[in-house]
Amino acid sequence: MSETDPYNNTDSLKDAVTKRQNSTAGDALDNARPGSPGPETSGSATPGPETAAVVLPRLGFIGSLRWGWRQLTSMRTALFLLLLLAVGAVPGSLFPQRPASPEVVTKYLQDHPDTGPVLDWFKLFDVYSSPWFSAIYLLLFVSLIGCVIPRAIAHYKAMRSQPPRTPRRLSRLPEYGTLEIPPDRGISAGRAIQDAAATLKSRGYRVEVRDAQSVRPSVGAERGFSKEVGNLLFHTALIGVLVSVALGGLFGYSGQRVLVEGETFVNTLVGYDTFTPGSNFSASQLEPYSVQLDKFSVTFDRESKAHYGQPLDFKASLTTKSSPSSPAQQQDLKVNAPVSLGGTSIYLVGNGYAPVVTVKDGNGKVAFQGPVVSVPSDGAYTSLLVIKAPDAKPSQLGFVGFFLPTALINDKGVAVASDPDPFNPQLNLNAYYGNLGLDGGQPKNVFTLDTSKLTQLNGRDLAAGGIVLSPGASYTLPEGKGSISFDGLKRYVALDIHHNPAQLWTLIFGVTGLLGLVGSLFLNRRRVWIRTGNHPDGRTMVEYGLLARGEDHRLAPEAATIRGLLEKRWLAPAADRAEDSNGVQTLTASSASTQSSTQPAGTGSATVGKDQ
Amino acid sequence: MPHINETFALYSERFMLLAAIAYAIAFIAFAWDLVQNSRTTKAVLEQSQQAATAASKKRVGAMSGAGSGSTPEDPYQETVLEGPEGRVQRPTFHAAVPAGGADGTAATADDSMRYGTTRRATARVAVALTLIAAIVHGAGVLTRGLAAGRVPWGNMYEFCTTGGFVVAAVFLIVLTRRDLRFLGTFVIGLVLVMMTAASVAFWTPAGHLPPALQSYWLIIHVSIAVMSSALFTLTFAMSVLQLVQSRRETALTGGAADKLPFMRLVPPALSLENMAYRINAIAFVGWTLTLMFGSIWAEAAWGRFWGWDTKEVWTFVIWVVYAGYLHARATRGWTGTRAAWLSIVGYLCVVFNFSIVNVYFAGLHSYAGIS
Ligand code: HEM
Repeated sequence: MSETDPYNNTDSLKDAVTKRQNSTAGDALDNARPGSPGPETSGSATPGPETAAVVLPRLGFIGSLRWGWRQLTSMRTALFLLLLLAVGAVPGSLFPQRPASPEVVTKYLQDHPDTGPVLDWFKLFDVYSSPWFSAIYLLLFVSLIGCVIPRAIAHYKAMRSQPPRTPRRLSRLPEYGTLEIPPDRGISAGRAIQDAAATLKSRGYRVEVRDAQSVRPSVGAERGFSKEVGNLLFHTALIGVLVSVALGGLFGYSGQRVLVEGETFVNTLVGYDTFTPGSNFSASQLEPYSVQLDKFSVTFDRESKAHYGQPLDFKASLTTKSSPSSPAQQQDLKVNAPVSLGGTSIYLVGNGYAPVVTVKDGNGKVAFQGPVVSVPSDGAYTSLLVIKAPDAKPSQLGFVGFFLPTALINDKGVAVASDPDPFNPQLNLNAYYGNLGLDGGQPKNVFTLDTSKLTQLNGRDLAAGGIVLSPGASYTLPEGKGSISFDGLKRYVALDIHHNPAQLWTLIFGVTGLLGLVGSLFLNRRRVWIRTGNHPDGRTMVEYGLLARGEDHRLAPEAATIRGLLEKRWLAPAADRAEDSNGVQTLTASSASTQSSTQPAGTGSATVGKDQ
Repeated sequence: MPHINETFALYSERFMLLAAIAYAIAFIAFAWDLVQNSRTTKAVLEQSQQAATAASKKRVGAMSGAGSGSTPEDPYQETVLEGPEGRVQRPTFHAAVPAGGADGTAATADDSMRYGTTRRATARVAVALTLIAAIVHGAGVLTRGLAAGRVPWGNMYEFCTTGGFVVAAVFLIVLTRRDLRFLGTFVIGLVLVMMTAASVAFWTPAGHLPPALQSYWLIIHVSIAVMSSALFTLTFAMSVLQLVQSRRETALTGGAADKLPFMRLVPPALSLENMAYRINAIAFVGWTLTLMFGSIWAEAAWGRFWGWDTKEVWTFVIWVVYAGYLHARATRGWTGTRAAWLSIVGYLCVVFNFSIVNVYFAGLHSYAGIS
């Protein structure tokens, strides 16, 4: 044993066996930097939260604050808040959410008069803007900032300081091995350490040679600082993403507009059907571009039997002007292919039919004329529609019913839609007269008719029957209330218009975070120490040890590579001779640890002529 | 738009059926391998009951000793003693005890999950069958894509069949590097479940994509999601085995009899944990990409990159759970069993997101292709 080991390392075998249970190796990494505030060291290097908790009563106010802060920024709290965030996000998928579907929420509240308000009180219909959800992620990000800043400072210091001192017993490190340089090589311990330093440097290590003139010179080396940089970058980028999302909400806006073929949308507040401004929005942000829908074409699948009638393509042909005075431009708008205009993006999010109707009142005057937007309810475009003629005299008129692009009478005698293309368009309506309940103006997107103050004129179960119209046909209402005619058919599109000035920043932070994450997960931070010494018989003895920070399954291969490089430098040309003279004896930590279980102590020093 | 090629569509169906049959046989072979080993082990154990008792006495002695290492009878003891408490103490991988214990057990799983020297004929047959099945399956996926003239992942049927293929392929690729054959029953069993679900519940003839899915983001976003999920599948299985193994290890150190001898085929809990961590790290990056590409696509399709749509919520939940898992691995007292639970919960969320959310939850992402 003593023959192979120049440094009184007779117990290296036992060390190798026990090293996995032994924190010495880890301490060598962390204790080297007592100031290192990495959360993982909190249990050993700095007092852990538990210890602090015990002494709390004596801490005083400032002390308690500091204690609270340390709790908040501890790894355990971060983990807890992360899991809480995951749990907190779930209800938003179980209950309808106001921002996405307000009408579903209203209906839910109507259907569940007992539980609905309770759920509402807990903000379960506005989960992602609720105080409790905000509290979770804000706490998480406070914790994140409190975690990142000290870590960044510590890491900055670490990057500027020299690799840590050479541990006294390298054999305790997770990877350990020895080499011998035969006397005839003429490489002294001092020379060898310079060689070793050069070798490590060429592998990207930062190196420092210690005690170069002494009998036991050593070199300390470290690499992989980018791992921690990546980690810090990742966590910082998360803050960046959150901030950009918040800024986007403050300065952005979004709106919807339904546009029938032939109509023009002008980007002003009155041009929108609905508009959601960010808190810092001002109307002057809107650039008055205009978009005219010339034609909307739909292609349905006519080839496949199984998917017959399914949509294959939606295309809106637009004429756009970026300002009232600029030249007109032809542009196509499709799903997944928005049109950009005046700092906004325009998206095609829906479409349907708008039958053109004319309603005449009891006096024979036109009370309503134009396309009526209908809401498709299935794949065959069975579309619901409501027509309101508040200007009709002597009484206001209202119609409720549905539009069928291709009407087919089923075996129950009921008209149903059988195809999404308008092969046999048909309007089926019930007529009402009385008070429409519209005080003042008539909002455009109202798809319901309040029939409580109305008297029904037509219907399937009334004597007059329902109104059934095909294009070009008209119908005279009973009791001299007027008439309605179905003049033609147009299509419409539903547009979403968005402006988010911080979007690019979100992307930049996202990509930065991703790069940081990859660096953090797949780079390795390692330390290597090599020590040399002259044996009285002229050989130069070399021992080395490696230590990783955190998980590193490539530490053993790295040890082998470094060993290989050193062997090549010192031993390679004389490999044959070395075998003859049995001059090279090696013992790697890995072989030590595995053989120990099957061999009695002391035989682990068996020669392993790896280099031959 | 290219025409649907009905011939290829028919071929695809045939290939899928053949593949499913081959997987079923492979599954039986993997299960048989476990049973076989379990039996041999039991027989050996019964024979050497005496010796085992003696050994366990010795083991207790060894524990109180200065950590003089494990006895050959129990290659797990070392890991039981320590457990990865703090991150700095997490052991790195080492070439481990050669496979095949001194007690004559046919095969004991290797610590590093590299292939040992012992031959496991049945397991070899099982892997060969899996390879054949995967090749036929791959042909089925390919012809389905050719039939429709697009990537074959546009509805639940295609998610299941293509997803199942990716799971099998990832498993085979990992098998070339590590001996994870102990996962065979589980992984192939899952592929079978996916193929059955595809043909029974989600069957859809080859067809074109709806406009909402006509985007190159479908190719990027969904393929990465499927590959990450396949990796999560492997780690899920490892984490479950880790929990079983760690209970068994504790029982064994306590001197109890080995109730689950087939678990000898499975590496020690600590090795499982470390391997699962490495794969989870890769899969987590994949899932991060899934999330990012998904939001870029959402921006292109709906004008907002994030809108808390059901599918988005669950993708986020999965991401956060696995972030929690990665944190747990660096948190004192949260490594080992608790981290394994997080990995399991994360996978259950993946499954939930893929099945329940796709089928039952209304949202912008309603593209399951079933109605
Ligand atoms: C916004 C919430 C957070 C997310 C999504 C998140 C995510 C992650 C991920 C994915 C990792 C693994 C990548 C790596 O090893 O670098 C990680 C590591 C880490 N996180 Fe976080 N984190 C969050 C908050 C925090 C907070 C609040 C702290 C501090 C208390 C923290 C401290 C750490 C540390 C120290 C590591 C390194 C662990 C290691 O080296 O294995 N994180 N985080």
